[in-house]
Amino acid sequence: MTAAAPAGARGRGAIGALTGRHRLKPLEALPWAAAIGAYFLFPDYLPLGAQVLVMVLFALSLDLILGYGGIITLGQAAFFGVGAYTAGLLGAHGWSEPITGLLVAGAVAGAVGVLTGLIVLRTEGLTLLMLTLMINVMLYEAANKASAVTGGSDGLQGIVISPVLGLFRFDIFGRTAYLYSLAVLFLAWILVRTIVHSPFGRSLTGIRENVARMHAIGSPVLLRRLTAYAIAAALSGIAGAVLTQSTQFVGLESLGVDRSGGVLIVLILGGFGRLYGAFVGAPLYMIAQDRLAALDPAYWPLAIGGLLIAVVMLARGGVLGLCGALLASLRGKGRR
Amino acid sequence: MHDLAAASISIAFHGVALAMVLYLVSVGLSITMGLMGFVNLAHGAFAAAGGYVALTLMNDLGVPFPLALAIAAISVGGASMLLERLLYSRLYGEHELSQVMFTIGLILVATGAAKGIWGPLSLPMHPPAYLQGDVDLWFRSFPTYRSFLIAAGVVLVTALWLGLERTRFGAQVRAAVDNRRMAQSVGINTSLLFTLTFALGSALAALGGAIGAEIWAIDTGYAQEHLVYFLIVVAVGGLGSIRGPFFASLLLGVSDTAFKYLLPEFGAFFIYALTLVLLLWRPQGLFGRAR
Repeated sequence: MTAAAPAGARGRGAIGALTGRHRLKPLEALPWAAAIGAYFLFPDYLPLGAQVLVMVLFALSLDLILGYGGIITLGQAAFFGVGAYTAGLLGAHGWSEPITGLLVAGAVAGAVGVLTGLIVLRTEGLTLLMLTLMINVMLYEAANKASAVTGGSDGLQGIVISPVLGLFRFDIFGRTAYLYSLAVLFLAWILVRTIVHSPFGRSLTGIRENVARMHAIGSPVLLRRLTAYAIAAALSGIAGAVLTQSTQFVGLESLGVDRSGGVLIVLILGGFGRLYGAFVGAPLYMIAQDRLAALDPAYWPLAIGGLLIAVVMLARGGVLGLCGALLASLRGKGRR
Repeated sequence: MHDLAAASISIAFHGVALAMVLYLVSVGLSITMGLMGFVNLAHGAFAAAGGYVALTLMNDLGVPFPLALAIAAISVGGASMLLERLLYSRLYGEHELSQVMFTIGLILVATGAAKGIWGPLSLPMHPPAYLQGDVDLWFRSFPTYRSFLIAAGVVLVTALWLGLERTRFGAQVRAAVDNRRMAQSVGINTSLLFTLTFALGSALAALGGAIGAEIWAIDTGYAQEHLVYFLIVVAVGGLGSIRGPFFASLLLGVSDTAFKYLLPEFGAFFIYALTLVLLLWRPQGLFGRAR
């Protein structure tokens, strides 16, 4: 690369910003501090907290293909549900060890991601949207009708999950569920963060920004997209599996199109393509849902729909985008 | 053998009735997507709104059926014009993601508003006395209301096709779908055209929602529940086409009725699988042109 010989300090700054972008910043500790703080501050809300963490993980996986890969999907819940049912079926048929169950669920969801990705990723635009939606509703119908295996609309009963590492039993207060979800989320975050800053992640962003150019420089576009799609599918599946294991139940709503829409909303509200949008959007969405639905069933869709329209019209970057713009204008003023 | 023939006739009859509703609701969506490239997931909300307005007028205020339909179509068409000018038009040419998320937001707002105003239960549909009962054809009898649905559908479809083929407005719409920039260059006010077409599509959807309330009940989940079917009609029919969605509606209406009659336990699964295969075979739809 010829750009590696910068003339002045300004050039070195730009190179420094590029090469140093993968370094951890102090601000990145904030979500983890908040999550651990919430564990001690709100002991009564840990079951809800665990669900929020699962949603963060799910939205994080979506960010990988939507925010970085630029693939708009209306059917991400397909993989969440596949993972959830895999973990549930394992638990109901005697494989009660949670961590291996999680890995199997991720592998199955990832495999489904490869198979469907081979079909879906050859198309674009409305067709791609439609195909992701079709696959999602097909899996939902299949799970609904195959009630002998999945329990149908009653949900899968009789799931048994052993204590994590043989030590921590899933309790009714949600303590284990919360910490288990947090640990899985942390590992997934490290993985996704490493991926988006790797050469693979950069080429993914390149494909999002300009497909023709990436084809021209010889980047294997379909393979890159497929890999990202499969990794995101596996992570979504793991998110589903965590939910199944921590609640010891799995129902059809894990495969619902509502969930596919919900996770999109979470990511857009928080801010997509920023890695941390999921961490902001999920608590906002889930806590608002919990509070508003208790008041009146009409308030929740009105509020979240209105918020979504406002974000699309006024603040494309979501909450994180707003914070970024605010910080930038503050800094600009300070310099002046 | 006689049973088979009777069953086929029943399936065809009810399938075509469903197809008319599907077409009326979806044709506006197809034009909007073809004309403006706008992914409008909230289109079904206009159909639901039409249903709510018409049924409230009929059930609570005793407005006659035809008048209630007209008021529903006009009011929803007018309201959609306002929405198009205020919100939709800001997102023309924007990234698909913005359009998808905006319209999902719109579905949620519409759902919440419907819940707040009409409550969670579906509104009952009581057709007027002259459309109740059965109508006797020479070999067997058919439900009158469904026969009316088919007849009304045929009349509206013919009017729509003639309007688009024979009028100046129709020629302008076709020109703008084919080549928007060229249409603008020859002095067609495409922005006004978009607004009018959008309103027309929404008014037709409102009409479809209202007369179809006997098949698809009007409730708060309407826009979301049937979204997949509207999208199938549009994607299979081909974007921007007027005829494509009609044949896609017939295909979907009849096969949906047939599958539910013959293989109820597999329900919609086959429909989805069929759509998947069709879209893989022809991503631009059955009647769409390759882009």
